[in-house]
Amino acid sequence: MAIDRTTVRHVARLARLALTAEEEERTAAQLGHVLEYIERLEAVDVSGIEPLSFAGDASEAEAVMREDQVRPGLPRDKVLAEAPEQDGSAFVVPRILE
Amino acid sequence: MSVHDWEPVIGLEVHAQLLTRSKIFCSCSTAFGAPPNTQVCPVCLGLPGALPALNRGVVDMAIKAGKAFGCRIAERSVWARKNYFYPDLPKGFQISQYELPICKGGAVPVPQPDGGVRKVALTRIHLEEDAGKNVHGSTGSQVDLNRSGVPLVEIVGEPELRSAEEASEYLKALRLALIYLGINDGNLEEGSFRCDANVSVRRKGSEKLGTRVELKNINSFRFVRQAIEHEIERQVAAIERGEKVVQETRLFDNEKGETRPMRTKEEANDYRYFPEPDLPPLVVSPEWLGKVQVPKLPHERMAELVAAGLPATDARTLTADPKLVELHARIVEAAGPEAGRRAANVVTGEVARLVNEGGLDLSAPKFQPAQIAEVFRLQDKGTLSSTAAKDVLAEVLRTGKAPAQIVQEKGLAQVSDESALETVVDGVIARSPTEVEKYKAGKKNLLGFFVGQAMKELKGKGNPGVLNALFKKRLD
Amino acid sequence: MNSSLLPLGELARALERGEARPSAVLEECLSRTARLDGKVHAFLRLTEEQARAAAKAADDRRARKAPLSPIDGVPVGLKDLFCQEGVETTAGSRILKGYHPPYDATVVRKLREAGAVLVGKTNMDEFAMGSSTENSAYGPTRNPWDLERTPGGSSGGSAAAVAARFVPGTLGTDTGGSIRQPAALVGCVGMKPTYGRVSRYGVVAFASSLDQVGPFAQDVRGVALLLRTIAGRDPNDQTSSLRPVPDYDAELEKSVRGLTIGVPKEYFGEGLDPAVEKSVRAGIAALEREGCTVRPISLPNSPHAIATYYLVATAEASSNLARYDGIRYGYRAQAGGSLLELYEKTRAAGFGAEVKRRILLGTYALSAGYYDAYYLRAQKIRTLIRRDFDQAFAAGVDAVVSPTSPWAAFRLGEKVDDPLAMYLNDIYTVPVNLAGLPGISVPSGFTQAGLPIGMQLVGRPFEEGTLLRLARAAERALALPHRLPPLLERS
Ligand SMILES: [Mg+2]
Ligand SMILES: [Zn+2]
Repeated sequence: MAIDRTTVRHVARLARLALTAEEEERTAAQLGHVLEYIERLEAVDVSGIEPLSFAGDASEAEAVMREDQVRPGLPRDKVLAEAPEQDGSAFVVPRILE
Repeated sequence: MSVHDWEPVIGLEVHAQLLTRSKIFCSCSTAFGAPPNTQVCPVCLGLPGALPALNRGVVDMAIKAGKAFGCRIAERSVWARKNYFYPDLPKGFQISQYELPICKGGAVPVPQPDGGVRKVALTRIHLEEDAGKNVHGSTGSQVDLNRSGVPLVEIVGEPELRSAEEASEYLKALRLALIYLGINDGNLEEGSFRCDANVSVRRKGSEKLGTRVELKNINSFRFVRQAIEHEIERQVAAIERGEKVVQETRLFDNEKGETRPMRTKEEANDYRYFPEPDLPPLVVSPEWLGKVQVPKLPHERMAELVAAGLPATDARTLTADPKLVELHARIVEAAGPEAGRRAANVVTGEVARLVNEGGLDLSAPKFQPAQIAEVFRLQDKGTLSSTAAKDVLAEVLRTGKAPAQIVQEKGLAQVSDESALETVVDGVIARSPTEVEKYKAGKKNLLGFFVGQAMKELKGKGNPGVLNALFKKRLD
Repeated sequence: MNSSLLPLGELARALERGEARPSAVLEECLSRTARLDGKVHAFLRLTEEQARAAAKAADDRRARKAPLSPIDGVPVGLKDLFCQEGVETTAGSRILKGYHPPYDATVVRKLREAGAVLVGKTNMDEFAMGSSTENSAYGPTRNPWDLERTPGGSSGGSAAAVAARFVPGTLGTDTGGSIRQPAALVGCVGMKPTYGRVSRYGVVAFASSLDQVGPFAQDVRGVALLLRTIAGRDPNDQTSSLRPVPDYDAELEKSVRGLTIGVPKEYFGEGLDPAVEKSVRAGIAALEREGCTVRPISLPNSPHAIATYYLVATAEASSNLARYDGIRYGYRAQAGGSLLELYEKTRAAGFGAEVKRRILLGTYALSAGYYDAYYLRAQKIRTLIRRDFDQAFAAGVDAVVSPTSPWAAFRLGEKVDDPLAMYLNDIYTVPVNLAGLPGISVPSGFTQAGLPIGMQLVGRPFEEGTLLRLARAAERALALPHRLPPLLERS
């Protein structure tokens, strides 16, 4: 299945990835290639089959829940230590327009 | 044509913060008002490698709501990721519920002025995590993630509301119900109870719905009415100008009192929902479901009070505030069922007044409800005159002192003991020979004069009934 | 022979008998690494100071005959996606360059508590996306058996570090074969436990429903000891199982007589290198000699695994990698004005080509209109793949045996430009992740050219014990001549 550059551009925007024109071109080709390979799945009969959406042991689902108890988090200096931009109390980003 | 030829169709989505101690997927505190980024951990910061760990308490509260509103509660519901980029969303996705929410159906009971109850149907109730807060400055925006991961229930109502008035009635009823259930604090200002409205209009009588506009950021009941009314007018005007209503999200501007389109155009917001692989399905066994206790809702308490013989007006005043209705119940508990009305008078009268004057905080009262019952008892015994009882009550509410002690200190007790009163009576008779003559000659109305004299001597603390009887006994 | 060359299982015995001292072992490891890692590039960074301190403490405990565990004092390397408090953790990506996590992954904590000596972080394909370790932002790792070839991936650094005897044991992660395939390509033992057997908390995520942490070592016993240390329930990972962890070591030498081995025809088809097939058949014969019954079986849906995998894994990855936005940590691009620009430039410059490719594929597979056709359908086929295994197990098969990889180590650059060819590396390992089952790769021999070959064993959920017993039996029966990579013999 071929995939055009408009689609690639839309998907790249959803994924917040800036692509150069040349990358768009290559991505369109490579994704098309992979999707062609994936097309083989259309032949598989999945009627009445439940998706395997949880890979673990669902029978333990109720037992593993956490009790509602507060434990201290991270000290703020550690919270902000790795931030590219911060003002001592918060992370800083370019002004957001609503 | 005018607004009256059009029928508004309104559906509300409420996001209510659940009153758990810790967040939904980590052990950080949910307390409001802490300094920015001081209640965060690897999980709610979305650090590499962190994983969500579901808080059982959150599920308990969702079950409470589901049971109270008569929803179908799923034995197995599924967590889903809602993917979008925003600085207050650390993981780049919100853990929510999509195809399989924990609650479906049900209805919110909305008490009507006529005393009846209207049921507004619900589509669903689902659980999700709150996002952090962006503070927008002139140069940049600051991100505080204390609120990231605070548990929310999203309560989605059917588009059954037909006016701004109905909408705000529904919201008030829903808010009060959640407070009664003890799962939300109903604080709109702090954003723990938030409302979005879907509004469309159609010609009266027409069946098909108009294009709907989503109103966001409505944070007070006044604004709910304003925002919806303004939006209805805007849509009607547009249609009548021959324009089309565009499907969009609009923000309500408190200052201007109008709505404006959101400037951030999410690319046809494609959230790419898919089941959250880091969490097991949300399983609620029938045993668990059975164990969850559901407190009574306002309209149920109201019905009980009326059935117990209270006037509807008192019942309404009491149930409008869970603290008042609770206090009333505790007083009746101590004073006995027949004291229901009397307790209501005190709570809706003296208590309500003191609360409004700020002289009393019912979340931390100094007094015990039983002490109010005790005042009733003293009055019935005759120890207190009705006026004295009022004073003692006021003092009890203010100080929480034992009524008996107050009576002592203020010397408010009535003298009803005959032997104590006889000497006074005899003294009065001895001092007033002429009046005694006249009385005996038939001027019976002088009895009041004798009692008055005795009262003067007793500084008003004599029991008038007893004195009357004594004078009669002596003189007749 | 100096003790740092011993396989982990034997080293543990030597330490127990007092024939080796943790600090001495560590120094040998560090000097060998210093001498040879310039050629191999297995490690991204070493934490020598912490390691020496930890080894010193272990010396005392060993001297007092009060070890914390059988691996007390054993040097261990960590794939660079295990968060270690205060130690740079990059997941092989530029976007996490210089990132120092404020917390320990659960498995890191467990290793510490067992007295393991953590020596450093090993190289990997960026965010574990790859099968050759060529996708590392910090340069490829080379195969100690032939420096012109890759060690496989994505845990190539962890595999090479063990093969080159830099450390007796390492941890990796396996999402589609990232432990088993490199183990096979460098000739060591590597295990991917049952999904949920080991906590993923603090492990940088690739595909949440497929990722699983597992050990590398020269011998099966070493893998058993490491697995025992890291396995078990973790309240911070609600996908981790409540089941108790058995003492794998105690079971190890038990006979495998009477166990049934299933040989799936789909795993011996075209594309399989004859030399690899020959070696694996020899491994199967060895198990037969040990008393196993061998039976042909069919796993008809396994051929769909690669296509299914590339939908499920990329979809989950596209979401898991959304957090790398240049706001709270990691790389941020110099962007003018807008927030959108900041996001797009940061992620464009921070991620490598393969990672971007997979994020885009995954985003596409989840986007409006495609979800049912791609992601949902893939998850249903996953059920079919799992069902095939369940049926085999229900029919009395105790383990499924196959090659780990269709070929031995390939040359650097040989497959980088052809994503699909690279994806086919994992044709035999991917179905196991999709089914959530335990799998192990154990050496079965060498090619003419002297390149290692691995045999894969796949078991019932949470039956790691059985797999380890079978792997140990093969190890014993094959009795491969003790060979060191030429790299070491030369030195
Ligand atoms: Mg919501
Ligand atoms: Zn937290």
